[in-house]
Amino acid sequence: MTTVPMEGGTVHDSAAPGPEASNAALRAYLRGLPGVDEVGARERASELAARSIKAEAKGTAIDLAIRMVDLTTLEGADSPGKVRAMSVKAARPDPADPSTPPVAAVCVYPDMVSVAVDALRGSGVGVASVATAFPSGRAPLEAKLADTGHAVAGGATEIDMVIDRGAFLGGDYRKVYEEIAAVREASGAAHLKVILETGELGTLDNVRRACWLAIHAGADFVKTSTGKVAPAATLPATLVMLQAVRDHHATTGARVGVKPAGGIRTTKDAIRYLVMVNEVAGTAWLAPALFRIGASSLLNDLLMQRARLASGTYPSPDHFTTD
Amino acid sequence: MPDQTFEYAPALESRSVVSLSPSYSPHIDGESRPPASGEYLTTVNPADEEPLAEVAVSGEADVDLAVAAARRAFDTWSAMPGAERGKYLFRVARILQERSRELAVLETLDNGKPVKESRDIDLPLVAAHFFYHAGWADKLAHAGLGPEPRPVGVAGQVIPWNFPLLMLAWKVAPALATGNTVVLKPAETTPLTAMVFAEICQEAQLPPGVVNIVPGAEATGRAVVSHPGVDKVAFTGSTEVGRRIAATLAGGHKRLTLELGGKGANIVYDDAAIDQAVEGVVTGVFRNQGHVCCAGSRLLVQESVADEFLPRLRERIGQLRLGDPLDKNTDIGAINSGEQLGRIRDLAATGTTEGAEAWSPPCEFPERGYWFPPTVFTGVSQAHRIAREEIFGPVLSVLTFRTPDEAVAKANNTPYGLSAGVWSEKGSRVLWTAERLRAGVVWSNTFNKLDPASPFGGYKESGYGREGGRHGLEAYLG
Repeated sequence: MTTVPMEGGTVHDSAAPGPEASNAALRAYLRGLPGVDEVGARERASELAARSIKAEAKGTAIDLAIRMVDLTTLEGADSPGKVRAMSVKAARPDPADPSTPPVAAVCVYPDMVSVAVDALRGSGVGVASVATAFPSGRAPLEAKLADTGHAVAGGATEIDMVIDRGAFLGGDYRKVYEEIAAVREASGAAHLKVILETGELGTLDNVRRACWLAIHAGADFVKTSTGKVAPAATLPATLVMLQAVRDHHATTGARVGVKPAGGIRTTKDAIRYLVMVNEVAGTAWLAPALFRIGASSLLNDLLMQRARLASGTYPSPDHFTTD
Repeated sequence: MPDQTFEYAPALESRSVVSLSPSYSPHIDGESRPPASGEYLTTVNPADEEPLAEVAVSGEADVDLAVAAARRAFDTWSAMPGAERGKYLFRVARILQERSRELAVLETLDNGKPVKESRDIDLPLVAAHFFYHAGWADKLAHAGLGPEPRPVGVAGQVIPWNFPLLMLAWKVAPALATGNTVVLKPAETTPLTAMVFAEICQEAQLPPGVVNIVPGAEATGRAVVSHPGVDKVAFTGSTEVGRRIAATLAGGHKRLTLELGGKGANIVYDDAAIDQAVEGVVTGVFRNQGHVCCAGSRLLVQESVADEFLPRLRERIGQLRLGDPLDKNTDIGAINSGEQLGRIRDLAATGTTEGAEAWSPPCEFPERGYWFPPTVFTGVSQAHRIAREEIFGPVLSVLTFRTPDEAVAKANNTPYGLSAGVWSEKGSRVLWTAERLRAGVVWSNTFNKLDPASPFGGYKESGYGREGGRHGLEAYLG
């Protein structure tokens, strides 16, 4: 990387690979990024996880986390009924407490986009669609682009694409880059989230490389996981991604968002991610425009903790809807 | 623009787990005895200057009694089968774990360190040292020190205020495991956890006289060290005092180990994992307010990467949370005493007058107590006092180097030799550097990692002898 000032306005990142960069140039660039020491990264992540968030700070964090949720259903059994029910919940998560904010978006398969769009019209809740042969990404580019086009035509405001991990691990960074750029193009005005599937990348060095590759290829967001591979989101992988978007901002003045997804089930987990955002990327990222949490069961735990903060007691789980 | 800020509400650890006595007396021959000296000092909480308790200042008569008790206990304790001694040590270790929350809070009250450190670093290591040495007690024949190594006798031990209970554990656990008995003097400003340790010895039904604790100040330490009934002296503290002790004991029969000052170098090569290196430099010098003899108080960063490294370092230091040590989110607590604060201020002032450039993040200090902001000096040269003398506070001196040879030469160009760190993603360079560093501990891509199984000690004026590991047993066996 070039020597960059940490503060200041937009700076052109002269070392960044452009659209015409050869695979050799991409390799040289990505392998020239500073390494990640796995032990040190895990240690930093667990130190941040030990922060103690209490009282009004907890209330702030819970509301923020609710506003950052991409409420997700990605099952073979998804039906219009299921998606409509989830959409109602997304717009009004706690019918008993109208002060509860809506979530950021729902996240569905492309063929469910129009159902969600109808259900959420006027609510301000976004509709994200996974695309590009989610979750494996093992399909020809034409199929991936058609998948994306279908979602956009249905009214999706956000596209969650997967990278070709096989190409990435095989060293064909050019292919990964071109696919992201093509999907970027096909997404039109929709925001593009690029799923790295960190659980398949093997090392945090790879997470950092994939992250920078996605950023340069046009990602609005980098996302950890599909949720279909274990491990899904982890604090160390998210740490490395937050460092990348922070450094990218320092170089260019532009901000790319981050979305951990999968395995975040409790309020405590969600707050740990928010602490990490706060202390690694900074307060600018504490907004649904720049940080999302992909989850399904997390929302009810957030609602339950929110109700407890207000009333002092835990309501029965049956006070919260199952979908 | 930020959607909002995320301020952490105070998360105070409760003081109610600690029940302090109004006053503490020397622990001699298994019981608490009012000091013959009749003198007491007041120990205060450095975070608010409020008194915590009165603690006896043991005089020569008290030290005499303590040494006599240790001598009497030595005969039975040293003759006891190792497995039996091990049982006592295991018991002590378990009680330390059971009372760890109380001890962590008490340590923080008396010392000023953040409770997250006393809770997550000090206390787990304290228990680990007792467990580790408990395991050695019946295996001494396999320590490589001969088929039947024998204890030395009565150990006189003087410990510092930076890790009060941990330094006690480093001293007491190996001494007892090897069959020695102990007269220990805790530091003047941090005696309280040692006094609770005396209670723990009673709770574990340790035979009377095996552990004697004589709180006090400098004169008490001198009395312990120079007492003719003491066979072995172990001291951790400043090089200045260590030198005086060595002079006092020269020509006599006593064995001596010294763990003294340091001016550790953290060497950051241009191929280091930069985010983790920043983290390591920060914890290396700001953990425990820099009151760490093995602190990485000199940063040697390769010139080709300094422009990139230093802004990141400053940004990270700007996020450190300084304040009430009992708040679980505090990263930097209070300086241990007004006297130490004065020393830090004086030395830091020489940095500026000698031409280095000081930087600190904006810090709000609590109204009372002893505080010093995390400080980074750049433009430091080897000839500056802040590059040579141990500051023992949250002050980092930054120097640059061009080649590995120069890094090693600068790192070694100090009268001290306790610790060093090497940051590089290239294994061969790490090993090449570590082989050439004259320091007792060299950490690779990490810093300030302590483990009871790993010997710790210094080169040159950082002292001699090792503590911990198999090597540490040698100091207590003949």
